[in-house]
Amino acid sequence: MREIDVSKIKDAVSELCLKANFELRRDVLAAIKAALRKEANGRARNILKSIIENAKLAKKKRLAICQDTGVAVVSLEIGQAVALVGGDLKKAVNEGVKEAYRKGFLRKSVVDDPFLRNNTLTNAPGIISIDIVQGDRVRIAVSPKGFGSENKSAIKMFNPTASIGEIKEFVLDTVRRAGPDACPPLILGIGIGGTFETAALLSRKALSRPIDRRNPARHLARLERELVKDINSLKLGPMGLGGRTTALGVNIMESHTHIAGLPVAVNVSCHVTRGAEKVL
Amino acid sequence: MKDTKIQIPLTKDVIEKLKAGDEVLLSGAIFTARDAAHKKLHDLIKRGKHIPLNLKDAVIYYVGPTPPPPRRPIGSCGPTTSSRMDPFTPEILRLGANAMIGKGDRSDEVRRAIKKYRCVYFLATGGIGALLSTKVRSAKAILFKELGPEAVYKLEVRDFPLIVGIDSKGRDIY
Repeated sequence: MREIDVSKIKDAVSELCLKANFELRRDVLAAIKAALRKEANGRARNILKSIIENAKLAKKKRLAICQDTGVAVVSLEIGQAVALVGGDLKKAVNEGVKEAYRKGFLRKSVVDDPFLRNNTLTNAPGIISIDIVQGDRVRIAVSPKGFGSENKSAIKMFNPTASIGEIKEFVLDTVRRAGPDACPPLILGIGIGGTFETAALLSRKALSRPIDRRNPARHLARLERELVKDINSLKLGPMGLGGRTTALGVNIMESHTHIAGLPVAVNVSCHVTRGAEKVL
Repeated sequence: MKDTKIQIPLTKDVIEKLKAGDEVLLSGAIFTARDAAHKKLHDLIKRGKHIPLNLKDAVIYYVGPTPPPPRRPIGSCGPTTSSRMDPFTPEILRLGANAMIGKGDRSDEVRRAIKKYRCVYFLATGGIGALLSTKVRSAKAILFKELGPEAVYKLEVRDFPLIVGIDSKGRDIY
């Protein structure tokens, strides 16, 4: 067994929360620059330019790219040959979140209960998911998720006989309903298959994959490309003010499912789709 | 109109010249308020209590900024989604506020209230909060401080870049 002290996990989570909030993902920034080269609409061009300028300033001055520094979504892949020692794992993760949001002057956006709504004033707890995998390493990924876009996410349980066209229409409709509120140009993570909750979880994991990398399955890679094209044909544009840049990327992740079902979850994410990861 | 500079207080004369789609640079003192502050104001109004905020000719910015890093007046401070404030907005406008800043579209009720009270709704670009923070000269929490990022702040802004979303005639950029 390889031993890893949970204090190392705490430090990594803290470092990743800061990095994700100050430095726009390289693939996302590249996609925005590529979109600017193709965009003809004057106002859309100005918005894309200010997004690029904002990313530069945030990185240089270590300012939050967006004031909604999100709820910290922390995904851990823990090798089965790892023994975590030195304390409670989830507590360590949340200590890392607290430290970063305090030291980095990030916004505390977490309330303790959906109805009582008392701000915890630390941004903890994060949303933690844990997978046990092969090997003796721990992969930690942090994605601060803002709620301007999260609020527009949607899930639908389709019949197994549903056509690709029906699924595309659901995705397009989700984008239409998101409209300007979700801060387009958007990135969509789409989870297909599994059960109700696997689809939602996959949709979120799909957002973490670089948007310049297609799904390895040919039929799904094609669907990703077609959806980007269809969404851009909506002409919603940056901040919903028109233009050809509505989607920067669509990532699909799939799973086996039941003979009676075809769950589809669409996780809507803004042009400030953040994330950082590290392997211990 | 492109990059017209406008100064607070916004007179009805200035407001009525603005057209949906115009780009302006706004300077002066504005108040921040988002979900929880709107709810609190609404509860005070409903109970007939004094509102500890002068809404006359006020400009309300829907934002919950990040805390100020050392030597900066404010952290990242871009707009939040305006439509969540829609249920409260007609009342805020009736009490004298004359402009709002946020992102995204508004309800029919809000559009009608903007027209009725001859107000204006401005759009700021979402997700560029670091850049927008450079347009803020000072920030002070003045009300509901217990709400943390949702407190009401008074911000002094200079040349804050905005687009007219809904003008005083009720014309809408969307």
